[in-house]
Amino acid sequence: MAYSEKVMDHFANPRNVGEMQDFSGVGEVGNPKCGDIMRMYIKVEGDVITDVSFMTFGCGAAIATSSMATELIKGKTIGEALKLTNKAVMEALDGLPPVKVHCSVLAEQAIKAAVSDYYQRQGIDPTPIVGEIPACEECGCEI
Amino acid sequence: MDNTVRKVYADNAATTAVSDEVLQAMLPFFKEVYGNPSSLYELGQQAKAPLEEARAATAACLGAKPNEIYFTSCGSESDNWAIKGAARAQRRKHGKPHIITSAFEHHAVLHTCQALEREGFTVTYLPVHKDGLVRVEELEAAITENTALVTIMYANNEIGTIQPIPEIGQVCKAHGVLFHTDAVQAIGNVHIDVKAQNIDMLSLSGHKIHAPKGVGALYIRSGVAVDNFMDGGAQERGRRAGTENVAEIVGLATAIQRATDTIDQRVARLTPMRDRLIDGVLKIERSRLNGSREHRLPGNVSFCFQGVEGESLLLMLDMKGISASSGSACTSGSLDPSHVLLSIGLPHEVAHGSLRLSFGDYNTEEDVDYILGVLPQIIDRLRNMSPLWDAIKTGSVNYDPYM
Repeated sequence: MAYSEKVMDHFANPRNVGEMQDFSGVGEVGNPKCGDIMRMYIKVEGDVITDVSFMTFGCGAAIATSSMATELIKGKTIGEALKLTNKAVMEALDGLPPVKVHCSVLAEQAIKAAVSDYYQRQGIDPTPIVGEIPACEECGCEI
Repeated sequence: MDNTVRKVYADNAATTAVSDEVLQAMLPFFKEVYGNPSSLYELGQQAKAPLEEARAATAACLGAKPNEIYFTSCGSESDNWAIKGAARAQRRKHGKPHIITSAFEHHAVLHTCQALEREGFTVTYLPVHKDGLVRVEELEAAITENTALVTIMYANNEIGTIQPIPEIGQVCKAHGVLFHTDAVQAIGNVHIDVKAQNIDMLSLSGHKIHAPKGVGALYIRSGVAVDNFMDGGAQERGRRAGTENVAEIVGLATAIQRATDTIDQRVARLTPMRDRLIDGVLKIERSRLNGSREHRLPGNVSFCFQGVEGESLLLMLDMKGISASSGSACTSGSLDPSHVLLSIGLPHEVAHGSLRLSFGDYNTEEDVDYILGVLPQIIDRLRNMSPLWDAIKTGSVNYDPYM
């Protein structure tokens, strides 16, 4: 298993890492038993995500996909952010080893979880917009 | 990657560099004494003599006789041969279909036992206690009249704990049960005498003791029925066919002599380094040493750190020039954490944050200093971005009972 240079770059120098105080929404996916948790914070002005940050417990790919996902949605509208797929995150990182694909899925779900939280805080039911966020999809571990 | 950083190889339990002494001993057998040891002419016999000298030397290191040593390609082959060969022979000759092993064996043993289960054998997987040790009384209680074989590793590869092998040998002998041990990690670190310790079969590997990869050995006490590993020519007393890997066998013999001649010096040098490392690392908040501190290889330590995942820890250590390993499954392509760490009672959440550091003859006190300088910063950095660490600090999850 070898990571691409881009994965290693985002792992070694993660972008937008850390806790956010004045967030508009925060979502957390994954669980410690599986070995990865991603927490994504977004700050929304109008319908634009003006700031984003993450905290991740997990492997190199989990950290790198979190970092890349934040870069890909920063400055985008919520609608654009919700269209970000795990495949796009992987492609932006020049690929992931097959066993690490689930990390990119977590990154996609973390964004959706943060947006859901944002809508909830606005008193809007997020489900029709964001959809269901499945628990621990593709992880395959025994919980 | 910064190429100016210090390089510390702290993964000697994974493999070791070939020593100059071993390399020099092997060189003549590639281009000069390249004959087939089975050939009758001089070039063949020139290769045959060192092969048999290597066998005698390897035997002497274990307290065995030369005709009880079989050269193989690796430790895994030795384990496969010993366990499958003895189990099948025992079932055929004595109708005994039961094997006893432990839950934290190397996969070369565990997967071999699982393969035998598919052939109809029953296997008891003894529990391993928190201290990383099996209990002799539990082993004895598991022996039945159908037990063909006990296989328990001498020292664990992931956490370094040394099992009570002489006591296990005694129990097996008393019950007339064959006893195999995987001693791949123990060679050169523990005094082994197969006769005094009642070991019927013992696996070892060259590349853990500064011989090259691709050579190992299996001791089979004379008189123990073990099916042939590979059918073909008369090599290895007709039990493991295939032209002998003379150069590497000579390398293995050179390495094992050096390793076993210098056990006391190695233990005396590495133990204080290891203990200083343990004391230093355990100063890191919410860290633990995995397995008994006392019954431990002189150069092998394993830790868990709350709120940190093992693979990212390894990658960051690598960026600082430190080669280490983790029980973390991420590295081996599965998502479950190490079966060894789970076997000693750790939950997944803690087992994910593991780190193994293993020292050998080429490590120095400066390596310990360097690791102790770098590791706490890396743990801090990873914890600062870890939502799990956040949850641990705020008390919403609590793994302290496992520390």
